[in-house]
Amino acid sequence: MVLTGAEIVVRCLQEEKIEYVFGYPGGAVLYLYDALFQQEEVRHVLVRHEQAAVHAADGYARSTQKVGVALVTSGPGATNAVTGIATAYCDSIPLVIISGQVPTAAIGQDAFQEVDTVGITRPCVKHNFLVRDVRDIASTIKKAFYLAKTGRPGPVLVDIPKDITIAKCDFEYPKEISMRSYNPVVRGHQGQIKKAVQLLLEAKRPMIYTGGGVVLADAAEQLTRLIRLLGYPVTNTLMGLGGYPASDRQFLGMPGMHGTYEANMSMHYCDVLLAVGARFDDRVIGNPAHFAEEPRKIIHVDIDPSSISKRVKVDVPIVGDVKEVLDEMIRQLEAGAARPNADHLATWWKQIEEWRGRNCMAYKNSDEIIKPQFVVQKLWEVTGGNAIVTSDVGQHQMWAAQYYPFEQPRRWLNSGGLGTMGVGLPYAMGAQLAHPDAQVACITGEASIQMNIQELSTCKQFRLPIKICNLNNRYLGMVRQWQQIFHGARYSESYMDSLPDFAKLAASYGHVGIRVDRPCDVEDALREAFVKHKNELVFLDFQVDQTENVYPMVQGGKGLTEMILSAEDL
Amino acid sequence: MRHVISLLIENESGALSRVSGLFSARGYNIESLTVAPTEDASMSRMTIVTSGSDEIIEQITKQLNKLVEVVKVVDISEAAHIERELMLIKVRATGKDREEVKRTADIFRARIIDVTDASYVVELTGNQAKLDAFVGAIDPALILETVRSGVCGVGRGDRVLKL
Repeated sequence: MVLTGAEIVVRCLQEEKIEYVFGYPGGAVLYLYDALFQQEEVRHVLVRHEQAAVHAADGYARSTQKVGVALVTSGPGATNAVTGIATAYCDSIPLVIISGQVPTAAIGQDAFQEVDTVGITRPCVKHNFLVRDVRDIASTIKKAFYLAKTGRPGPVLVDIPKDITIAKCDFEYPKEISMRSYNPVVRGHQGQIKKAVQLLLEAKRPMIYTGGGVVLADAAEQLTRLIRLLGYPVTNTLMGLGGYPASDRQFLGMPGMHGTYEANMSMHYCDVLLAVGARFDDRVIGNPAHFAEEPRKIIHVDIDPSSISKRVKVDVPIVGDVKEVLDEMIRQLEAGAARPNADHLATWWKQIEEWRGRNCMAYKNSDEIIKPQFVVQKLWEVTGGNAIVTSDVGQHQMWAAQYYPFEQPRRWLNSGGLGTMGVGLPYAMGAQLAHPDAQVACITGEASIQMNIQELSTCKQFRLPIKICNLNNRYLGMVRQWQQIFHGARYSESYMDSLPDFAKLAASYGHVGIRVDRPCDVEDALREAFVKHKNELVFLDFQVDQTENVYPMVQGGKGLTEMILSAEDL
Repeated sequence: MRHVISLLIENESGALSRVSGLFSARGYNIESLTVAPTEDASMSRMTIVTSGSDEIIEQITKQLNKLVEVVKVVDISEAAHIERELMLIKVRATGKDREEVKRTADIFRARIIDVTDASYVVELTGNQAKLDAFVGAIDPALILETVRSGVCGVGRGDRVLKL
């Protein structure tokens, strides 16, 4: 069947069973939009800024295990998308971004709305393509989806010049794809897995540390089985929250800069550490030299060999798909007779419970002023702990991670690697479209929300009943906290002045806005939002304590055990 | 430590910038980089001379392998191998220098491939040290220009880098 390039692109998306494309039209993609207009299978979500298109596709992907798709025009369309692409890249989220490009003959001529999109995005994509022939469109898009979702997932960009979208050729979507240069390892090395299981069983002070890889590999079930089988303590990183049910006794909370005392102490003083789909990020282990001071054997399971022995030396590397490797570990454990030494484990748990007894997450609540932690806890209560929660970046992000325990994966969407302010609302859009019946809450701050506030318009158009919980402290809270601690309380440019009346702003977009000033009104306001206005977007503007800090805290460059537990430690 | 990394990469436009971009983005050092298609025109072979600790070299090979278009990566300097570099050097050749340059070229088994009444172009192949020695043996005032290809390398004997 002879089709135009634009029709081929749309047919490819249909073949991939894409539900939603998040995008924004422009000159170079007019034919693509024309082809989209003439079909109904692939629905287009018109955002109000290309950055939000990529974030929304990213939020869709994070909440579903599917590949998110964004469509942008050339030049500024592509450059606006870059922040979204880099955000997805840092967290290994599978996306396909289709960008328009000026006609082939105009490339390199400094044409109107021309940028070297492939060049600009090269460092922040898993791979990218410039399509130079209409006959290559179908195979390139097939490759793009294959690359995005296999191995260590990531965003893949396909740049298509305008003339290629009107050129015609025969369409056939390839069924299979094979690339001689790309063959990710799936199964872990049997011998290494055996060694790892042996080491785990011999451990006196074992610890299991898991990251976003468990969520990406859909391996939460395997992880939970393994941990219950062993009876060992576990911590989930910011990206890995929900990988293990947070309510379980074996869960020690999040590790790292704002992790729990018990998680960090256990990470530091264990004698065998099993790392699964985590990458020993600087926000997780603090100073690597300090971390290396305490001797421990490290087993590292990761799909990406370059993540292994990058920041810490690993004793037993296992390259493979996390799910497959965990399955094999469970199989070997169940097949063998050996079990962990109960005495050693009891002593270790006693020590951990002592650390847990420090109750590091305690905070002083108030009747006068709303504490941000209290809002998050109430949100958890009102939503029964079942909401999909998105966040932006800063203090509110940490409070959300600390005070909203996740029982399941893909319920917690945030920008962990790049730390992109402005992702919260578009992530919520993607998640709500993917899960129309779910409660979706966006925990944000008055600074972050303003970075993509234009999307309130998109939410209206698509009737997305997102609940925005704005922890409004009139400060760039995390910046203020660092300035207080490290810069002699000189609050350079960290205040947020001339704020809009968010409730009225939301109302002007056609949503419900509620301002909350008193602690006693928090729960009622949340119930009003989730019950009375169930089917509407509600913007809850909580006026919270301006001076509240996120604790515990490991200062940048310090070791995991050198924690500030509360303001009294300052 | 100095390492010579050889790799096979799909001969696509932009492939070189993926490799060079990786080195600059991650702060790795490139001493030289050469690239040209192999007997199979769809694939190029690259030789990269770099330096770094064992950990850095390990990361470099892993990161190179991670590039989607890279087919195979080998650190050929891990075992017996041969390195060669080509140099073209244009020198002033007048008066008594004319004979002296000729003699030096002969000693190094270099070839003079262009002659005018005032200059020679000398072609010399060898490892980096030999080329450096030749440059050192010529009076700097006589050197008009120097162009070096960068290192090409291959493993000795059975060690073959092929698809």
